[in-house]
Amino acid sequence: MIETFELATLPAEAEALRPAVRSFLSEALADVPADVRARSWMGFDAGFSRALAERGWIGLTLPKPYGGAGLDAYARFVVAEELLAAGAPVSAHWIADRQSGPLILKYGTDAQREFYLPRICRAEAFFCIGMSEPNSGSDLASVASRAVRNERGWLLNGQKIWTTNAYRSHYMIALVRTSGESSDRHRGLSQVIVDLSLPGITVRPIRDLTGDEHFCEVFFDNVQLANDALIGAEGGGWEQVTAELAFERSGPERVYSSLVLLDEWLAYLQSRAQTDGPDIALLGQLIAQLCVLRAMTLSVTQKLAEGGSPAVEAALVKDLGTSFEQQLPVLIADALAADGACDARPQLIKTLAYITQMSPSFSLRGGTREILRGMIARGLGLR
Amino acid sequence: MTQDLFGDAIQQLLAAHSAPAQVREIERDADAGALWKALDDSGFLDALISEEQGGAGLLLPDVFSIVFIAGRHAVSVPLAQTLLLRGALGADAPRGPLTIAPHCEIDGGGAIECARVPFGRMAQWVLVETEQQTRLLPTAQAQLTASGGYGSLDADLRWQAWPDESLSLPPSDWKTQAANMTAALMAGAMERVFEMTITYANERKQFGKAIGKQQAIQQQLSVMAEQVFAARLAARIGFDGASTMAVPQRAAIAKERTSAAAPEVCAIAHAVHGAMGFTEEYDLQLFTRRLHEWRMAYGAESEWRRRLGAAALRSGQARSLDIVREQIMAR
Repeated sequence: MIETFELATLPAEAEALRPAVRSFLSEALADVPADVRARSWMGFDAGFSRALAERGWIGLTLPKPYGGAGLDAYARFVVAEELLAAGAPVSAHWIADRQSGPLILKYGTDAQREFYLPRICRAEAFFCIGMSEPNSGSDLASVASRAVRNERGWLLNGQKIWTTNAYRSHYMIALVRTSGESSDRHRGLSQVIVDLSLPGITVRPIRDLTGDEHFCEVFFDNVQLANDALIGAEGGGWEQVTAELAFERSGPERVYSSLVLLDEWLAYLQSRAQTDGPDIALLGQLIAQLCVLRAMTLSVTQKLAEGGSPAVEAALVKDLGTSFEQQLPVLIADALAADGACDARPQLIKTLAYITQMSPSFSLRGGTREILRGMIARGLGLR
Repeated sequence: MTQDLFGDAIQQLLAAHSAPAQVREIERDADAGALWKALDDSGFLDALISEEQGGAGLLLPDVFSIVFIAGRHAVSVPLAQTLLLRGALGADAPRGPLTIAPHCEIDGGGAIECARVPFGRMAQWVLVETEQQTRLLPTAQAQLTASGGYGSLDADLRWQAWPDESLSLPPSDWKTQAANMTAALMAGAMERVFEMTITYANERKQFGKAIGKQQAIQQQLSVMAEQVFAARLAARIGFDGASTMAVPQRAAIAKERTSAAAPEVCAIAHAVHGAMGFTEEYDLQLFTRRLHEWRMAYGAESEWRRRLGAAALRSGQARSLDIVREQIMAR
């Protein structure tokens, strides 16, 4: 069953983080134009990530002995929404902070935790996620990359694709087959941490349709992994990936991807003396959608904070949230070009162009719309 | 379903007095005597009256489940409007059903005209707001014309002049408050429609299996689930706050989102039910008819969008997130 989304409130301790984050960002991003900030969690800047780490804002939910802040999911929500709303370039550490760190904390050995978690918190270890393969997109259980046990650990062969940031990350957590055949589906899959500097690994960035480079193809040719590359249980990969995806899909980044554009458009509306009309109604509609989606994300965060794994609820919010993110540039484009002339400043048009071009990915990354709706249907007991 | 104490009690009361057969009877005869007596005796309608005035002294968040569950039962009396107005009138409140007129016009001869009053056929008193006054007027002295389609409980009301017998209320934006109540009714009705649709998709077999096993149906039901869950949270936002009255901006969110969701929820429900859902005999229509009416009652989504947009611009906030956090949701 899908649980009701309760109205959740951010605790005061979490809210207390907001002013410092905000004041840091307003200074750090003062000169960054909106169309660059619009890249948000696709914008990569290792120096910026280290500056956040110095202030203790990476690994907020990780325990203090590992260099984290020992805070809860609400604290991460506050910092994440400020970073996203400002359009901060957080991509370098984002995946490690959001899911690799929590995964290692939950399933890793003491040695793995002690090695990786402090590096994540210091923004010295950036992670990517090796899930998709050329023949395994939505059908993730069909992955064919294989790690075979040998006397030195694991010998890895195969290929990953659409791996965000592989060419500028230190580690990949890859879902690979450790026993059986593709026809065994979910059985025989495991997760391994791959040091991307090892011999036998080739990484090639793939340019996206906006001209940016973030996702990659990654080739493994007889890559020798040590014994301790395995994370979690051998054969437990599917269950671990499912838990990881609840983190991946539940955050405000599934609602806020187009927020820099909304705020640019808001500034444009403020510069005109309109008080009623279609633009004002559209602004009201987008604010209402944002308000309820934020409340839904916060509700999922509450479930996470209470120790749940709200995978279906996260899928539901992601589908609805990415629909909003995709609708937003379509509606604003129509509003701006409604009367033929357009007096918008170039920054707004460039931001709109970037978000418009980027928007198809919103409902592809992290699980396609159709897969998410299948998960919701399963949650409803239909399959 | 809500699990609180009130939720269970109002659920039982309405299961006994507002079952689909009873809803049909009330719609036909415009007589809800038994249902009204049960509600009035239960004390639910006095929930927002202060304890000093003999009520339960509850606040808006406490009564969300009452209104939501009323929506689940397509309750045929102005339960939500009465609950709200009794909260404002206290011990002075008349005991009969009270409703709220969305707007009012005074014609050249001084007659008071209120068009399309929700539950107008079922109310004894109607709150009428003009620029000068806010008063409860008795429907017994009004000319009443049913204003809706088949089964509707709405009415156009006209008084030749201000009746002698009337009660004054403090001015407030009562339309906004009524819109907020209606949003919670809609969220409840949408949840009911959703449950009926899931049940039907699991029972109805075609091509040798339940239609709910077809991906095309599953995708539609997932979209419906998103709308229904979001609408419920939106309605709950409208009931947030330590007061008996809604914060206007939150009420706007509630009514805008529920009204925007209703047409899609109804369309998917009917698509999945096929011809069966199109019959008078099948209960789905009791809820989808109401949802389309309630969407228009006290302003459809466009009205609330305009208000939210104008307030957002007036706020001077540079960031949409701060409009949400500081203007709408701030405590």
